[in-house]
Amino acid sequence: MGIRQNAKRVDAFQKVTGEAKYVEDLIPRDALYVKIVHSTIANGFVKSIDTSEAEKAPGVEMVLTCFDVPKHCYITAGHPLSLDPAHEDVKDKHILTSHVRYYGDDVAAVVADTPLHAQLAAELVRVEYEEHKPLLTPGDAINAPDVLHDIRPNNELSRMDFTIKDGKPTFGTAEFSTAPEIAGRADLVGEQFHTPPVNAVHLENHSCFAYMDGRKIVVYTCNQAPHTVRRNTANALGIPVGDVRVVKPYLGGGFGNKQDTVYEPLVALLTQRLGGRCVAHICTREETFINTRTRHAFDMNIVSQPDKDGKLLKKAVRINSNGGSYAAHGHAITAFAVTTYFQTYIAQDEQIGESSCAYTNLPTAAAMRGYGIPQIVYAMECQMDDVAREHGWDPIEFRRKNMHREGFVDPFSGFVVKSFGLDDCIQKGCELSNWKQKRAEYDAFNKTSKDLKKGLGMGLFAYKISVWPLSIENAACRIIMNEDGTAQIHIGAIELGQGADTAWAQIASEILTIPENRLTVISTQDTDIAPYDNGAYASRQTYVCGGAVRKAAEQMRDKLLDRASKLKNVPADDLCLDSEKIVTKSTGATVASIAEICAHYNFFNDGFTDTEHLTSEATYTLHDASFAYGVSFVDLEVDVPLGKVNLKKVWAVHDSGTLINPQLAEAQVHGGLVMGLGYALSEQMLFDPKTGKPLNNNLLDYKIPTAMDVPEIEVHFIETYEPSGPFGNKGLAEPPILAQAPAVRNAILHATGVPLYEIPMTPQRLVHAFRAAGLIED
Amino acid sequence: MYDIRESLTAHTVEEALSLLSTHEGMIPAAGGTDILIKVRERKLKAVSLVSILGIPELNTISMGEDGSICIGPVCCFTRITEDPLIMENVPMLGEACRQIGSPQIRNVATIGGNICNGAVSADSVTPLYALDAILTLRSVKGERCIPIREFHTGPGKTVRNPDELLTMIRIPKESFAKHGSCYIKFGQRKAMEIATLGCAVNVSLSEDKTKICSAAIAYGVAAPTPVRCTETETLLTGMTIGPELFKTAREHVTAELQPRDSWRASKELRIQLIKELVVRALKSAVIRAGGEVD
Repeated sequence: MGIRQNAKRVDAFQKVTGEAKYVEDLIPRDALYVKIVHSTIANGFVKSIDTSEAEKAPGVEMVLTCFDVPKHCYITAGHPLSLDPAHEDVKDKHILTSHVRYYGDDVAAVVADTPLHAQLAAELVRVEYEEHKPLLTPGDAINAPDVLHDIRPNNELSRMDFTIKDGKPTFGTAEFSTAPEIAGRADLVGEQFHTPPVNAVHLENHSCFAYMDGRKIVVYTCNQAPHTVRRNTANALGIPVGDVRVVKPYLGGGFGNKQDTVYEPLVALLTQRLGGRCVAHICTREETFINTRTRHAFDMNIVSQPDKDGKLLKKAVRINSNGGSYAAHGHAITAFAVTTYFQTYIAQDEQIGESSCAYTNLPTAAAMRGYGIPQIVYAMECQMDDVAREHGWDPIEFRRKNMHREGFVDPFSGFVVKSFGLDDCIQKGCELSNWKQKRAEYDAFNKTSKDLKKGLGMGLFAYKISVWPLSIENAACRIIMNEDGTAQIHIGAIELGQGADTAWAQIASEILTIPENRLTVISTQDTDIAPYDNGAYASRQTYVCGGAVRKAAEQMRDKLLDRASKLKNVPADDLCLDSEKIVTKSTGATVASIAEICAHYNFFNDGFTDTEHLTSEATYTLHDASFAYGVSFVDLEVDVPLGKVNLKKVWAVHDSGTLINPQLAEAQVHGGLVMGLGYALSEQMLFDPKTGKPLNNNLLDYKIPTAMDVPEIEVHFIETYEPSGPFGNKGLAEPPILAQAPAVRNAILHATGVPLYEIPMTPQRLVHAFRAAGLIED
Repeated sequence: MYDIRESLTAHTVEEALSLLSTHEGMIPAAGGTDILIKVRERKLKAVSLVSILGIPELNTISMGEDGSICIGPVCCFTRITEDPLIMENVPMLGEACRQIGSPQIRNVATIGGNICNGAVSADSVTPLYALDAILTLRSVKGERCIPIREFHTGPGKTVRNPDELLTMIRIPKESFAKHGSCYIKFGQRKAMEIATLGCAVNVSLSEDKTKICSAAIAYGVAAPTPVRCTETETLLTGMTIGPELFKTAREHVTAELQPRDSWRASKELRIQLIKELVVRALKSAVIRAGGEVD
């Protein structure tokens, strides 16, 4: 079938029927179960732990405390290894900790024969704490006398500060600040925006189990970066990387939350201490909320100053990011956000960026779909509407005047924009939503309607695909032919629900002409067998890993043509593949089938000729990047007295280059868009401001949208050709979430005239704002 | 993960009552949708359950000889929303039950459980307050009937004794004949939601449909228990349908309620919802009773 086709998902049958096995389905029958004892304070120290009662409880095999684990710290971020010490991730985690850094931190672990026995015994563990005041915000934490990690005595994990002149950044170091003035300048007083911590709420909770096979520790886990979790686990235990084997079976969603190493080192250590017996840990939903990863809360102070013609003169931003208890990706995400702010719209005179990421006593924030960009796009796109409104400009025309174009050179990585579909996306969005006419219609309607208001709003984004050159962008693929012309494809990168296995099968099929149903993409990554990969993140699976599949498939194609040429005595340069056959370019005559070549070379037996098992393997390295673009147009109504937003329709138009599978691409947009609507309207993790205790870490009180809350969605693509992608394609995993929150906010602004500066825009926030604005009377 | 010590099944009311009287701490379970959550959250430990789901006489909906509607407590919400007797006579109750949880939850969760669990947000309970439902409680010692308005004593607390079983929910004919009613649930999303506030209004009108003859206003999540606003109801009785009626309702209900400030919703939001929902529910109830509003 090949690319640019709606190939059926290669895993559709297994997933629909329930045949697909996930980590929890694979736990051996004789496994032991772990229950973690979580701290009941947010900040402080464990003074002592009494495990005597727990050890006597039924079924208990072991109680491990924070005083019994290796003393060294390890990295948890799911990043590739950096050989440059300056870019190395932060080592700040112990397997269990006596220094409590968030409410629910892991202080002890009980292992028992059943989950219930583990739970009952965990309740008998008595922990004595020295309690410190929780530091829940960057302002609380930075420069506080209470040091959360000795490696950062001022509790500031990282900073990135710069000014951009003539397209080139100059880096410096600014002081942490929460003042309204950016860079201490009275002419740069910004607008304050706030976004909350949120959780990915992937369907499959974090789960893993480990057992020993000889000297080797085998870890099954639902992790997005199997090779990295292998390295991090080996480092946590202080054993060779080759002594850990990570197996990732089918995975039920991750969105970046499963990029990091979470409980793999714990189960690995426990099996080691228990003579290799299998030990399993399955997070409850409550634990997944708190003990895995969240999206960073950002306080953003931003300035966009235009001249009278609507050209931006000055842009400035300060991001104070709440990194939570452990570093994970905090430094990288904050840096990505502050730089992205200067990539979409360009100011002529002055551009100043300041950013800080704080260690605080909240759960650890890290990667989640969009990697810091949903936050900054929200603030940036809200401000573009505010500025346009203030000057009486059309918000779209104002954006068009200032956004980058093809040929733009990214000031930070230096790559050049070679495909640019943003303008066409905007155009399409205007047409679909009937922008000008409907805006005018709604303006007229809202003049006379008091309780019901109508609004049409939009937002856009430019999202950098690939982490080059800060980090490597490489991927590997191996293709193994069988004697009947079928093949297995091994890829180190992973399927996590997005459809990557299908896209890779299509890419291999495109080159090898073998239909997808005669190819097997090995969905289980086993680090003992699978080629290396950095992991499923940064919207890189089709863009980067797709390049590895292409390269390996091309090698295999050339090998098949070469062997056919030798066997049939036909010049190789006159051969090509067509419908699983080797044919001559000149006459189209069939020389041999792929099956015949594979069978011949594998089994030919004349007593002396060497045989050959046809395989190919390639590592692909990308030294480039691109921008994916998109717009969201949101049509909504506001029930003013109830503060209720009723979404009528969302149009999403994306430029992700050339599409490999248009139907899967559309599905990706649906999923990301809905996640963005939740971010806009209802999702937020709440904590008790006094104790830091999580308040809503469950699916009743943490409001993800239900099917009933999702409006009609219309998705369109502007297909450009991106030369750095294997088939002109760019990334699409993260982009669909990005423009939703500002588009919803700008539509509410259009409907009511009330600007909001914080998400989620819940009925409570709206009622408070509408009362303050006089839209609701007593 | 469920710390359940024993789980028994009763086949008759008598069997259930006998078990409740002899097994201290035993909890009657029907759909189990609240109990299992409490067990999972370790709020109930080493629990003993007796299933009453399979008792046929508790799973009926019928009209009594006096014209009242009699609902068995183990009727699940799906059954109630699909029952013609309910939808014809007390549609407000059916509509409220349809807004609970998800289809899966509504297929097992029961109205009796919703009442006895004592949650202030129970969606089926607020309408039953506005309908002046009568509850029948039985134990091996005997039977008593009490108005639902006297049943709840605080969040999660009721007057039901541990050995008592709710065996019948009766809605008197005079509560629904020639009445119009409406329940509005306010939640942050459109399904799988706990009410931030619920308001049920039940009215009857004068012969010419221009005046209020009787009004019942009930709220959920506006006080420690579901409540009626009796003083406002008295004020509304006899009033002509028009702006003054709605204004009076809006202005007076809050004085009878105790909305709280909590992380789930601010007091400011709750007060606004209290005022707004009563007007919307009252308008809808008046229309359903045959009246006209602007």
